[in-house]
Amino acid sequence: MSVDRRELIRTGGKLLVLTTVAARAVEHVMAGTVDAIQRELEAEHWWAMAIDIDKCIGCGGCVRACKTENDVPLEPFYFRTWVERYRVPAVDEEHPHVDSPNGGYDGFPAASQADSEAKSFFVPKLCNHCAHSPCVQVCPVGATFESPDGVVLVDKTYCLGCRYCVQACPYGCRFIDPRTHTVDKCTLCYHRISRGLTTACCEVCPTGARALGDLKDPDDPIHEFLRTNMVHVLKPQMATGAKVYYADLDGSVR
Amino acid sequence: MPQPLKDARHLVRMAGLFLVAGVGFLVLRSALIPAGFGELGHYRSGALDDNARVEPRFAGRGACAECHDLAPEELAGGAHAAIGCEACHGPLAGHAADPDTEVPPALDTRSLCATCHAAEPAKPGWFPQVVAAEHAGDDACDECHVPHQPGV
Repeated sequence: MSVDRRELIRTGGKLLVLTTVAARAVEHVMAGTVDAIQRELEAEHWWAMAIDIDKCIGCGGCVRACKTENDVPLEPFYFRTWVERYRVPAVDEEHPHVDSPNGGYDGFPAASQADSEAKSFFVPKLCNHCAHSPCVQVCPVGATFESPDGVVLVDKTYCLGCRYCVQACPYGCRFIDPRTHTVDKCTLCYHRISRGLTTACCEVCPTGARALGDLKDPDDPIHEFLRTNMVHVLKPQMATGAKVYYADLDGSVR
Repeated sequence: MPQPLKDARHLVRMAGLFLVAGVGFLVLRSALIPAGFGELGHYRSGALDDNARVEPRFAGRGACAECHDLAPEELAGGAHAAIGCEACHGPLAGHAADPDTEVPPALDTRSLCATCHAAEPAKPGWFPQVVAAEHAGDDACDECHVPHQPGV
């Protein structure tokens, strides 16, 4: 097949124009897949939380403050943060007795004498703001996401209320808000930390058992906390990149 | 001379259909996807501002210190020095914004102190705990203790 010069230029020109158009179209379609890592590197903060088990007294101040600050429904099954009381039989680490009456909102009723024989302590829980979050991975519409500064947030105007993320969270940190029928969870008080305040739970914690930390700030006390304590995250085997760090966490905690 | 595109009219028609479908897809897509989606990641970037726009109800200890100067005499060095004011006094962003109309509620130490100091085996051993009924009967805690500078 012979092609004369005119035809070559004409076909070549068409191909050139079509390729450009196609490239623009592909760019438009792929617009949702920007390099998240780059955004995280550019962000000013990388938020985390440090929890010292040996300081938690189970007063429930964090639970009450969180519900007030974030307008969480008061029914005893909606929590953005809650406190669990563990009582571990000395010879049976695998079967701790765990209770969390109203999430610790009203404090804890005194334990019976029999239970006081066991090793016991409190474990405050909240969203772990995972860097590789299972809840974000399952959201079918991009309504939940990891912010560039490391906070897992919900876009309430976009959430369908499909509950996939509620099931995906290995830490049980999500619930469906009965008023909006969209998902709700700890935002690490995003409205407070972006104003330079600490979270409501950390603000009221009387013993400093929980402290917000910015891992990108070299002067933040969280670095000393992580360096000088035996630190653990919850369910490390799930490789969620959890950023709530517990000091002196007992092996029985799930 | 052979003509390879002699019967190409049906191909042109099909290409036209594909083009129309492609353009239709792009138009529909840009209409359905909210503004800012994909700017920062697989989400609507405006959702960051939505989350940040909420008004705090706890003002933070910095706001208290703007007017109340408790640190030098009362809190300094005391066991309660590191505690945020609103841990006991409650959420007071309204008071911080308008001190005259929003007045903090009066506190009853009988119930307030027990929130932390009631004895419970799960509390860490270093933390001072009492069984209030044995320790003080019906007396309020602040009859003996000063809440801002607690001592024995």
